[in-house]
Amino acid sequence: MPRPPGPGARRAGRRRRVTETALVMEGIDKRFPGVHALKGVDLRVGRGQVMGIVGENGAGKSTLIKVLAGAYRSDDGRIVVDGEPLEAGSPADSLAAGIAVIYQELSLVPEMSVAENLFLGDMPSRGPLLDRREARTRARRLLARVGLDNLSTGAPVRSLRLGVRQLLEVAKALHRDARILVMDEPTSALQSSEIQMLFDVVRDLRQEGISVIYISHHLEEVFEICDAATVMRDGAVVGSRPINEWTTESLVQAMVNKRLDSLFPSRERELGEVALEVKNLSLEPRVRDVSFSVRRGEILGLAGVVGAGRTETLKTIAGVTPATGGEILVKGQGRKIRTVSEGLDSGIVYVPEDRGTEGIIHSASINENMILSVLDRISRAGFVDGGRYRSFGQRLRERFGVRASSLKQEAGLLSGGNQQKVVLARAMATEPSVVLLDEPTRGIDVGAKSEIYEHVLEIAAGGGAVVMVSSEFPELLGMADRIVVLRGGRVVGEISSAEADQEKILEYATSGTEENGAETDGEEG
Amino acid sequence: MAEKRAAGAEPGKEQAQQGGSGRRGIGGILARSLTGTGPILAAWILLCVVLALVAPNFLEFDNFTQIVVQSAVIGIAAVGMTFVIITAGIDLSVGSIVALTGMLAAISMQGGVPGFVGILVALGAGLLIGAFNGFSTTYFGITPFIVTLAVLSMGRGLTLAVSSGQTVFGFPASFTFVGQAEILGVSLLVWLTLAVFAIGYFVLSSTVFGHQVYAIGGNREAARLAGIPVRRVSFLVYAISGLCAGLSAVVLTSRLNSALPSAAEGLELQVIAAVVIGGTSLFGGRGSMGGTLVGVLLIGTLNNGLTLLNVPPFWVQFVQGVVIFLAVLVDALNRRRESRAG
Repeated sequence: MPRPPGPGARRAGRRRRVTETALVMEGIDKRFPGVHALKGVDLRVGRGQVMGIVGENGAGKSTLIKVLAGAYRSDDGRIVVDGEPLEAGSPADSLAAGIAVIYQELSLVPEMSVAENLFLGDMPSRGPLLDRREARTRARRLLARVGLDNLSTGAPVRSLRLGVRQLLEVAKALHRDARILVMDEPTSALQSSEIQMLFDVVRDLRQEGISVIYISHHLEEVFEICDAATVMRDGAVVGSRPINEWTTESLVQAMVNKRLDSLFPSRERELGEVALEVKNLSLEPRVRDVSFSVRRGEILGLAGVVGAGRTETLKTIAGVTPATGGEILVKGQGRKIRTVSEGLDSGIVYVPEDRGTEGIIHSASINENMILSVLDRISRAGFVDGGRYRSFGQRLRERFGVRASSLKQEAGLLSGGNQQKVVLARAMATEPSVVLLDEPTRGIDVGAKSEIYEHVLEIAAGGGAVVMVSSEFPELLGMADRIVVLRGGRVVGEISSAEADQEKILEYATSGTEENGAETDGEEG
Repeated sequence: MAEKRAAGAEPGKEQAQQGGSGRRGIGGILARSLTGTGPILAAWILLCVVLALVAPNFLEFDNFTQIVVQSAVIGIAAVGMTFVIITAGIDLSVGSIVALTGMLAAISMQGGVPGFVGILVALGAGLLIGAFNGFSTTYFGITPFIVTLAVLSMGRGLTLAVSSGQTVFGFPASFTFVGQAEILGVSLLVWLTLAVFAIGYFVLSSTVFGHQVYAIGGNREAARLAGIPVRRVSFLVYAISGLCAGLSAVVLTSRLNSALPSAAEGLELQVIAAVVIGGTSLFGGRGSMGGTLVGVLLIGTLNNGLTLLNVPPFWVQFVQGVVIFLAVLVDALNRRRESRAG
């Protein structure tokens, strides 16, 4: 241990006492002015247990974790780690007690090597000199524990995939002697193979007696990896049970107090004429000869694994990245779309996948964010009409149910769900005929998700043609009328909603061949 | 500590920016243009009160117009710089542009062209150099810092070359009137500076272009995906900055009635300081013309007060540095408090 142990550790001596319960949080209470963030939360995590924590954004998960990590001091309640009370006051105290939190934004230094990152701050040394050999040996041992036996310790972290970086974070925590590992949405940016690697490591750690607190919006993952799940709502725990006593429906119901089947409202719409048709669309090497069409009132799902070219396909249609080949037809007419504004002129709007970096302008107001694409419509001779600016903003806010104290509020301060509504409002303000949605509900809570679903269905019901990329199968299956599967930048299959299920999509997405794609293209034509 | 963090956690904080309050008329516009500049405005008023108490001549009307006249060169260039910095860019070349365009105007007037042509030469040359900056950053993708640093060097070198290092002086009255004329008993430079600020304010707060400037600085990629012509707007802000620097050159040259090869050396740093003191973020997306005006006045008032108090010139620069540091410190502390909430 590089750091002097906290008072608890000193009493326990060199060896930690082994108890059945690794962590007890009791009556944790935390108030911010105007917000009662945690209302006497109890949490009990067993040794070697993987405890899932689920709940909507704002339910108090993050605050609870910050209390555990020592980033916040609770107003009331106590924390016991391995039978020793934790006087959590600072992150250093929590770390000394064996609690390691892996946040969504990883804390690795991209320009440094794997070993340097593992030993950041306490590189093995002999006198004043770094002991690189020792560092390498110890790094190998740590990497082996997280299944990265083959990773070069000298590789710069910059060159690693996100999934590997995530595992590196785990190794770093193990080096710090973590006994309780907290993972906050660890899979949000991972591919499915990487997720499986992470899960294997979590299972190994469980064998070693390390407890894991696993926070996720993905309920399938919670069911796959967790031994138990705790549901939080409005700053309180509403249920904590072994995983086999939960069902997806009961979990969601506990989270939102709402039944699951109402999550995807019924879809009875009339399909109109073809609104968008793409023929042999290409953007080498990411998009290859992609062809499909969408009708008015239809929701077309675009499925595929990460890297299948889904986002690139949408961006190419919208003019974000102009196509290198192929045709785009809107309402039967061929269009040249080389810029975003040419896309908008053709009635095509793209709603990006990553709200934070591509959607929201954090420093600007909600109003400003929503009218960004229609500035020309609310201005005369280059001057923005203040009255129309506000009335436009007001209308959009009401239509999309953006919850905020004022339209002048900074958009960066909104919750993920509300930010997504703002981005959607911006897109819909352009009155598009084709709406391209890229992961429209990524990282937002269940309540906000169902609101987004309703908006999407409303767009379709209003005669809009929707193309939706989503990595969440229930979402695709629940929303889309048809699903086109991409693999390696090519269309490898098309499934109607009636015959679609998760296995079928996965089969196409992971093992569909180019021949398959050619066949499907033929059927379409 | 807990209170501090939590205050930021409250999402109710209203950012004063576009679309402001519904008040109309001059009072309303004035109120809106100054919203968000609270702390710096208070600091300026405080400085005025202190100076009024310790410096006998400070409160005289002539002294106030003198402050604005002396601030005109920095102020006009700062209007252009505000546009650039709100897009998260920077223009280090303004000092050199002032020197070069002033020199070009001076030389052409010595060659016999009338005063108004001299003015057009300075403005046109400024616009061209600004356009070069804009073109290089937006179409070749060179970092603005590097492009404008190179132009800083090129501009200064060209100034020395075309003037052979000599001061050029003696201009037609149709040029020098800019620095000497008065309207309603107030120097033309005061009216000119205020007019440039007023135009800058309206362009920034009320035009489509102004909204696009904020959007690009706030999140370039999001702005692009929203259909905003990012390249065109980025190009234009540098052109505007160059044009403003050209106008600053007219002001400086006509007021001094001479063009020095070493004119406006280090001016870019004072201009950037004024903009940043006025609350415009170097990270882009935030800032206002009203804030820049107060920032310019603060620096001008400080210089004026220190002169009135007979503070040795070496200390003037030191005190300026301290004020800049304090201003950005306050900004940094505010930002840290906000981000803790996240």
